[in-house]
Amino acid sequence: MARNPRLTQKIVQAVLWAMTGTTVLILIFIVAFILRRGLPEVGLGFLTRPPENMGAQGGIFPTIVGTLALTLIAILIATPLGVGTAIYLTEYTRESRLTRIIRFGAECLAGIPSILFGLFGFILFVTKLKLGWSILSGGLTLSFMILPTIIRTSEEAIRSVPAAYREVSASLGCTKWQTVSRVVLPSALPGITTGVILSVGRSIGETAAVIFTAGSALHLPTSLFSSSRTMAVHFYILAREGISMPNAYGTAAVLVVTILLINVASYTLMHRFIRKYS
Amino acid sequence: MTRLERNDRLVRLALLMIAFSAVSILIVITVFIFSEGTPVMFRHGPGRFLLGLDWYPSEKAFGLLPMIVGSFVVTAGALLVGVPLGLACAVVLTQFASKRMGRILKPAIELLAGIPSVVYGFIGIVVIVPLIRDNLGGPGLSVLAAAIVLGIMILPTVISISVDAFQAVPSAYREGSIALGATVWQTIHMVLLPAARSGIVAAVILGMGRAIGETMAVIMIAGNAAAIPGSPLAPVRTLTSNIALEMGYASGEHREALFATGVILFVIIMALNTLANRASSRRKG
Repeated sequence: MARNPRLTQKIVQAVLWAMTGTTVLILIFIVAFILRRGLPEVGLGFLTRPPENMGAQGGIFPTIVGTLALTLIAILIATPLGVGTAIYLTEYTRESRLTRIIRFGAECLAGIPSILFGLFGFILFVTKLKLGWSILSGGLTLSFMILPTIIRTSEEAIRSVPAAYREVSASLGCTKWQTVSRVVLPSALPGITTGVILSVGRSIGETAAVIFTAGSALHLPTSLFSSSRTMAVHFYILAREGISMPNAYGTAAVLVVTILLINVASYTLMHRFIRKYS
Repeated sequence: MTRLERNDRLVRLALLMIAFSAVSILIVITVFIFSEGTPVMFRHGPGRFLLGLDWYPSEKAFGLLPMIVGSFVVTAGALLVGVPLGLACAVVLTQFASKRMGRILKPAIELLAGIPSVVYGFIGIVVIVPLIRDNLGGPGLSVLAAAIVLGIMILPTVISISVDAFQAVPSAYREGSIALGATVWQTIHMVLLPAARSGIVAAVILGMGRAIGETMAVIMIAGNAAAIPGSPLAPVRTLTSNIALEMGYASGEHREALFATGVILFVIIMALNTLANRASSRRKG
């Protein structure tokens, strides 16, 4: 039987659209499921009160503080390193063996599973450097993990700054660094910020790398050296040990809303950036 | 002027040093994990680690074969779920979807990548595991549950890299095929898929790496029994879960054996990265 290519085309197109629709539905289902069961648990008290009974009652305030502290440290360390690498790769060198090594290193680092970052952070920061389970150990480990993302997004952002900007700056007698720091970087800033925001999202959601480096103490952290539980770790412990399903749903809802906001922010910023240069 | 020039040279030097941060971190991680994990392997013999069937850390039996098989079985399942869905999305995004549709689909897929793995694991426990237990039998915590959840988790990786692969195909290929009277689907499977093949291979390999490396979601839904699973409904323990489950309380040789598990995981991931790198550079070269 000769197949009719036009009919095949119609059928295939319908099947592919259905599969794409399924993917989107899965996403909507996950978000809706968590928000519908979790949001009713979230109130001002949930966000501002400390947990009681290992999290069975009370709120999640210390875990919010812990999450913010860890993320802040990770970003403060990884951003200068990542942006610096991107500047070197784009402005200070041609494609060579050296840049290939640097890129391959960043790519490999991006592929390393978070549990291995956790193992590494545990052995180096927690044990060898005697920082213990602490915000500092966790933040350092996270900074290594998000570095490849920041390098890649900053490199793309810097590359998309039109060459004319650099030429004009150079023709006015500016040195390389003056051009980079006063012309290229300000123009690339929205793109770089997008990468940083995405890394914030990744840090907030990370569990495996954090649980073995920052620990899981439930009290409010008082210094860089106190152990602290992040929201994601708290959620994991609540759900896995069956401590409290309502509080697990509530914590999950806070996590998902935060991730949603972060994605919307980075997407609008990126869009504005792209529109400016195309 | 000389001050400025000297400044410029200093900045260049500083940036060069910073540029090596990623490579140096990679090297330090490799050194630490290997130096913690390999001595115990050689003390007991690598064969007993890699091919041993029994994992009883308290009796110094460190056989990792069930976890190695577990990781690959779960990953194969994840690819069965994730690759067809992912490729379909990539084809629709690059060939069928209007610009406006793309503006909805792309952020949706990015959001899928942003959802924390513990949330996926949780959805697995409260939705997928009961579904399997009630309809197919068994404990529910199983290879199948892990494969489904991981299949969804690798979608963003598979989609974004295969979208790049499709977009890298020169548009003249597509136009030529359409001009010869081929339908869009004929063009896709006879022209675009072969032309984008190496990129798609890279997408699959990196998706595989993502699935093998995933930890928290798998721990929550796979059941974690340290034995080779006999069926898709049997529980399974992966290399990553083996580390995460026992790291909290392990000490001495037991802890070293967990680092040895990390060494095996590391080698698998690096091999996959290198393969993916080869596959995608063949496209450019």
